[in-house]
Amino acid sequence: SGPSRRGPIYFFPSKMAASSRAQVLDLYRAMLRESKHFSAYNYRTYAVRRIRDAFRENKNVKDPVEIQALVNKAKRDLGIIRRQVLIGQMYSTDKLIIENQEKPRT
Amino acid sequence: MLLRTAWRRAAAAVPVAPGPNSTAPTRGLRLRVVDHATQSDVPSATATPPQAESELRPLYMDVQATTPLDPRVLDAMIPYLVNYYGNPHSRTHAYGWESEAAMEHARQQVASLIGADPREIIFTSGATESNNIAIKELESAIQPDTSLVSVMTVNNEIGVKQPIAEIGRICSSRKVYFHTDAAQAVGKIPLDVNDMKIDLMSISGHKIYGPKGVGAIYIRRRPRVRVEALQSGGGQERGMRSGTVPTPLVVGLGAACEVAQQEMEYDHKRISKLAERLTQKIMKSLPDVVMNGDPEHHYPGCINLSFAYVEGESLLMALKDVALSSGSACTSASLEPSYVLRAIGTDEDLAHSSIRFGIGRFTTEEEVDYTVEKCIHHVKRLREMSPLWEMVQDGIDLKSIKWTQH
Repeated sequence: SGPSRRGPIYFFPSKMAASSRAQVLDLYRAMLRESKHFSAYNYRTYAVRRIRDAFRENKNVKDPVEIQALVNKAKRDLGIIRRQVLIGQMYSTDKLIIENQEKPRT
Repeated sequence: MLLRTAWRRAAAAVPVAPGPNSTAPTRGLRLRVVDHATQSDVPSATATPPQAESELRPLYMDVQATTPLDPRVLDAMIPYLVNYYGNPHSRTHAYGWESEAAMEHARQQVASLIGADPREIIFTSGATESNNIAIKELESAIQPDTSLVSVMTVNNEIGVKQPIAEIGRICSSRKVYFHTDAAQAVGKIPLDVNDMKIDLMSISGHKIYGPKGVGAIYIRRRPRVRVEALQSGGGQERGMRSGTVPTPLVVGLGAACEVAQQEMEYDHKRISKLAERLTQKIMKSLPDVVMNGDPEHHYPGCINLSFAYVEGESLLMALKDVALSSGSACTSASLEPSYVLRAIGTDEDLAHSSIRFGIGRFTTEEEVDYTVEKCIHHVKRLREMSPLWEMVQDGIDLKSIKWTQH
């Protein structure tokens, strides 16, 4: 699908180079998309929440070296999320009592 | 007690069947399985499938008992369970070298979290073993002028934080060893063994989103603290704890410590907000609720509340959709009220009404709200059924009653 409707565009400093801004945006969307596939409620909600909060927290970072370090860490974390989502799906169990009533937010 | 033995009977009688949603066999306990067991011990092929509701798992609000693995921890461990399976003490080949490197990296991660040197970290099977090593040191070194002070950093039942830095200062000035069991504190509140003048510290893996079966003991080198090995054998861990160091487990402990160091501030902020939400909502809706433990010096993730005129065990059983505890898991089989609550002077009847709510890294606002709603509902319901509550409503002072003997 195209860019997410609830665009996080305002998170990213306008002083960032267009290419790295696009890269950060892609990473952000990929991490969120992947995280929503965690079968365990507590892992799923944590990952989505933490990713949003981390990108928001770092939105004012200007130093390109620091940005690159954050991007590298995010790429590693994306790898972790992908693997752990797969493992969780292989060993999934029943949902929590609260998941029937859960609204699609955090 | 009765419901617990019913669980065991039911679990033994009913073989676990795959749930409708998963392709892999589910291993969890079904919530309402007690009903099926009373009808028949042999599951019939034509039995009606359990309703969707009976397959749902309770919310987990018992983090003081144990914590789930953080996915980042499991990710770090798996390679050492699949391909990198060498013994870290094998000196002659790559399998040993890579396993040893992982072990030493984990040691550094643990040390970094508490401000220690890696040479001061000895891996053990958990905080209990670490406590035993620390206290055995006392027994072997005891003279009229030496002793050991041993204090929990954060209490597991009521969440009270002890003034560690002050205690450390006093012990150091009196030349007395200071040990702390930091199982509930490590990775949750900032700890520095040098700032706090700690000589010995016990660390537990499964309290900080790491694996079960592993822990560490911090043993100060300067000035040197001598301990006696509990477990003798091949001399591993500087002779202080023989036995092959379990690389996958210590890698998990190290990863858990590193994640905790990164997430401490974020977790603490969020957990404090959720704890405030839980306590405020409950206290606003119910009278006669007491929070146990000093509110000033308190770790927010461990909330112990007493609900007057309600028996703790009945409230726990009523809250069957939420995993909770009434005090410490180590003594859960006995019916005695908590020694901690007794020590802080809680009335015996209030001690029997205490419930511990655990809020952790993965707890959500929805889980807190659901728990609060169910708790309020059941406390009100149980109080309605209580003759004591009725008497209190009529203005009778329970302490003035002279109960007759039969």
